[in-house]
Amino acid sequence: MLDVKAGDEQSFTLLLHRYRTPLVNFLYRMVRNREQAEDLAQEVFLRVYRAREDYVPSAKFTTWLFRIATNLALNSVRDTRYQRMEISLDAPVTVDAEEGEEKTLDVAEKNPNIEQHLVEETRKKMIRHAIEKLPEKQRAAVLLHKYQELDYGEISKILQCSESALKSLLFRAYETLRVELAPLVAQQGK
Amino acid sequence: MSCSRMENKILGYVDGRLKESERLEVERHLATCAACRLRVNEFRAVSSLLDELPVIEPSPAFDLRVHARVAAEPVKQSWWAWFPAPRVAFAAAMLLLASVWIGTHSTNQSQIPADDMAVLENYDVVSSFDVLTELPQPVQVDDGGQQQN
Repeated sequence: MLDVKAGDEQSFTLLLHRYRTPLVNFLYRMVRNREQAEDLAQEVFLRVYRAREDYVPSAKFTTWLFRIATNLALNSVRDTRYQRMEISLDAPVTVDAEEGEEKTLDVAEKNPNIEQHLVEETRKKMIRHAIEKLPEKQRAAVLLHKYQELDYGEISKILQCSESALKSLLFRAYETLRVELAPLVAQQGK
Repeated sequence: MSCSRMENKILGYVDGRLKESERLEVERHLATCAACRLRVNEFRAVSSLLDELPVIEPSPAFDLRVHARVAAEPVKQSWWAWFPAPRVAFAAAMLLLASVWIGTHSTNQSQIPADDMAVLENYDVVSSFDVLTELPQPVQVDDGGQQQN
């Protein structure tokens, strides 16, 4: 980032290559919409570029990056919450097009292991929905902890809470997930 | 350690992020508490389930879109922008010095002594004096070197 600050455009491209996939995945799991997640990830990179001259390496770059991403995601989730509620009440039940599930059905028609395939897809869907049902701050904490492997100090700076509050937040999130995923958790235990 | 204190430690224990002393403390509690042992196992199962979600890749046009948005950013003008860049400033200073030197040098050259000025002024008068310009051509001298009258 210091090279980007010094005006090195290639270093910005390196940052883009390194962080685009984790950012898009984090934002996708936060906002539940791929297109919106990509738009937000682009916005994160744009804000990094805009702030490059004022960047002070007082914290880890990832902390700064995911703080921008988390704030954007939380704002987006809050803005679209009521819109989503209206859509979900009115919309007919359809196949979820996210993560290639539409394609999965086509493949499954020709696949001899159709049952196994559908079981796996159902598992993934359950896990995804369990994460989606978490309150947004708990969801952000779980995603940053589990998928970005950030330490408690970094996550607490991103979420602007104490480490103790973060641990409590994560505990409550895992408790909810444990209950939501109880059938799968039981299977894992066997 | 009580079960309520385990709340802050249990996830760190599952992820292996606890300090050695904390880990030993948790293990001492787990040895005597079946409920917490069960919770640890269930949290491990949840953590393992979360690993099953696939990673998605950004669309192929993602980088292009970011670069396009960056390129569309207006150029930031700070008050420093009013000052020339060091190289430009140096070049301008050198140009100014060179101009001053050349000016001074050429002025010295154009200072003609007073005697020479008088000659030049006389030359101007002579060269534009009609009587002199209308004089007949000089008479050619023959091969023998004798002038005819």
